Amino acid sequence: MATELTPAVHEHHTSTGLDNTKMAMWGFLGSECLFFGSFISTYLLYRNQTADGPTSADLYDIPYTSVSSFVLLMSSLTMVLALAACHRSDQRGMRAWLLATALLGMVFIGGQIYEFTEFAHQGLGLDVSPFGSSFYVLTGFHGAHVTVGILMLLLLVGMSMFNRLGSDDSRKVELIGLYWHFVDIVWIIIFTVVYLIPS
Amino acid sequence: MATAAAQESLFRRPTATTGWWSWVTTVDHKKIGILYCATAITFFVIGGIQALAIRTQLAVPNGTTLTAETYNQFFTMHGLTMIFLVVMPLGVGIMNYMAPLMIGARDVAFPRINAFSYWVFLLGGLFLYSSFFLGGAPDGGWFGYAPLSTELPGNGMTFYSLGLQILGVASLLGAVNFIVTILNMRAPGMTLMRMPVFIWMTLVTAFLLLFAMPVIAVALFELMFDRVYNANFFNPATGGDPVLWQHLFWLFGHPEVYIMILPAMGIVSDVLPTFSRKPIFGYAAIVFAGIAIGFMGWGVWAHHMFAVGLGPVANSAFALSTMFIAVPTGVKIFNWLGTMWKGDLHFDTPMLFAIGFVSMFIIGGLSGVTHAIVPHDAQQTDTYYIVAHFHYVLFGGAIFGLFAGMYYWWPKVFGKLLSEGLGKIHFWLMFIGFNLAFGPMHILGLEGMPRRTYTYPDGMGWNLWNLVSTVGAFIIAVSIAVFLVNAVLTKRKGREAGADPWDGRTLEWSIPSPAPEYNFAEIPIVKARDDFWHRKYVVKPDEQVTPVVAGGAVAAHEDEDDPGHGIHLPAPSFLPAMAAPGLPIMAYGVIYSWPLIVLGGLLLLLALFAWVLEPSEVDH
Repeated sequence: MATELTPAVHEHHTSTGLDNTKMAMWGFLGSECLFFGSFISTYLLYRNQTADGPTSADLYDIPYTSVSSFVLLMSSLTMVLALAACHRSDQRGMRAWLLATALLGMVFIGGQIYEFTEFAHQGLGLDVSPFGSSFYVLTGFHGAHVTVGILMLLLLVGMSMFNRLGSDDSRKVELIGLYWHFVDIVWIIIFTVVYLIPS
Repeated sequence: MATAAAQESLFRRPTATTGWWSWVTTVDHKKIGILYCATAITFFVIGGIQALAIRTQLAVPNGTTLTAETYNQFFTMHGLTMIFLVVMPLGVGIMNYMAPLMIGARDVAFPRINAFSYWVFLLGGLFLYSSFFLGGAPDGGWFGYAPLSTELPGNGMTFYSLGLQILGVASLLGAVNFIVTILNMRAPGMTLMRMPVFIWMTLVTAFLLLFAMPVIAVALFELMFDRVYNANFFNPATGGDPVLWQHLFWLFGHPEVYIMILPAMGIVSDVLPTFSRKPIFGYAAIVFAGIAIGFMGWGVWAHHMFAVGLGPVANSAFALSTMFIAVPTGVKIFNWLGTMWKGDLHFDTPMLFAIGFVSMFIIGGLSGVTHAIVPHDAQQTDTYYIVAHFHYVLFGGAIFGLFAGMYYWWPKVFGKLLSEGLGKIHFWLMFIGFNLAFGPMHILGLEGMPRRTYTYPDGMGWNLWNLVSTVGAFIIAVSIAVFLVNAVLTKRKGREAGADPWDGRTLEWSIPSPAPEYNFAEIPIVKARDDFWHRKYVVKPDEQVTPVVAGGAVAAHEDEDDPGHGIHLPAPSFLPAMAAPGLPIMAYGVIYSWPLIVLGGLLLLLALFAWVLEPSEVDH
């Protein structure tokens, strides 16, 4: 791989040979698995506790959510292309793909905001039923994670534009990529468990 | 390195190495370790005062010292303080100072995140305590059972849900930091199976934190949404299930028990060999027992819920797993006994606390196994028997072990030995006071005295043992005062310790005391377990042990003019201490006014942006 040819100027030697920041990110993502796992368990426990409010069958618009899910999945592809450009030292290409990733993320978030308002109009509030509470809080925290990812992507673009991102710093792109892919995978699980499995 | 980019930073980099400003901007794991321990001891005194108030109230029947309302706040805050603001941070503080030294590293993997963890911890603690001045502290118990916790009036339990959330952020970041540090920053030759047992237990603790904190985070978020935004997670009226809270809480809560006890076990596993002049007995066994406890700790949580009525199958399964986890714990106890067996025992103060740990922990462990028996537990649930049990584990265990560590490593941190005379007075007073305070609670519990109740009537046969317990609590308070006096006197006129006062076995004793800023002038090459001991002694073929002639050539670099020259150290930074207040500001915003959430979020975001742009090292 191209990275192996670049002399590791500022890489510190580590006992395992793995990069410190990458190991930290993997650890953090391991922790996140239990975070989303607990919220998903809560949702599974409550998905039929609708307390005479709207049920999931009344609300979910599967074709609509499929499209926004597809948009989010495509952002993983653009993220991979951004990292590949970064490895080629193609800063412009990297910025373009990072921006595309952030943009797809924003489309997804926009879709989620629309979905939330739509559900609220149809009578599903946070305070209506355990189903409502667990739905909004689970998908809301996922949306918050995507938003943090978008901010980090934009920060990367900014750093690259002002030359604060050296060519040996592909690690930063890779780290944020790891986070981004993780958030996407979580969405695949949420989409399957929350939307596709009928109540 | 891109120096041009490195020097233009948002702020001028702080350069002070002394004075209080240096403590605010420090990223040195040693200073952060001291900050953690000093803060934890301060909270220990505060939590202790609450305990004394509780014991004064309960000294006689129909006590009138505290109102029921204050009593509820005090026992809740006593529990929260001792768990989240004393035992955990004291362990983290000792880890912080010692872990890099014991694995031969110059700092932790992420020094600025380390500093950020400390500031978040401190502000989280202050946030929790600010509730006393803002309408009342949390009063629903440290376990916060719903629906009581969702329906208690006032903001107390909202402070609980947010305060623990903030403290959780600090713990989670600390866990990631220590996992990477221990796995990645070991000196050459320091293989995993050569690491001191304390380092192993730190690693297991960090993994437990990594996976336990997100679970409690979810439970606390759900509680917060219920309380503040009228969500229905735990509201039975709409189909919410309060038992969900118990599952989430104890799925965190039981690993939490091991998060508190494993560091103390690690400390004791390093103290006992030093004062027995023997290597630890069965190193591999004690390490694997620690790992086994870490795994099995995830499969026992429902033994806290036997009274809920989960059904006979679940109860039996958790009863079995709970009995089974006593096996690796028992293995450790035999490791410790085997280490002392036929050893050349030296009863210095750290050794006394270590032996106190082992003996008190055995009592607490045994009463713990009795809870595994479901019918027995059904009798003891919510009585003082439980209070007795967990104080034997967490005070007789964790606190004794942590004091062993403090007496053991004090000379390494401050360069002076704590007074042995006062240390022994401290130990014996604490040992006697502890047993007087908590031993009788076994009997009170078996006689049916309920816990968490602010008073009790006369004529129940509980008067004598309650009085004894109160006397014991005050004896503990005196012992802590002796410790504090000892600390002050030692600072003024303590005996100089030298690099290696205890004939230590591990790397931290190979460098001068107090440890220099750069830790090791040269990164050591590790050739054996207990490497430093092997540098000092030779074992002849007839098993005769003789000191090496140039014995323990401690820190040969000391007479060089400028030993730290040319060593790159992480540069101090304002940003961790600037970013941390963002979290409590956001938390106040949740309670009082949403614009504060935005403000705190922006502060956090801006500080983190500046952080990313700030290089972690500065070229000299």
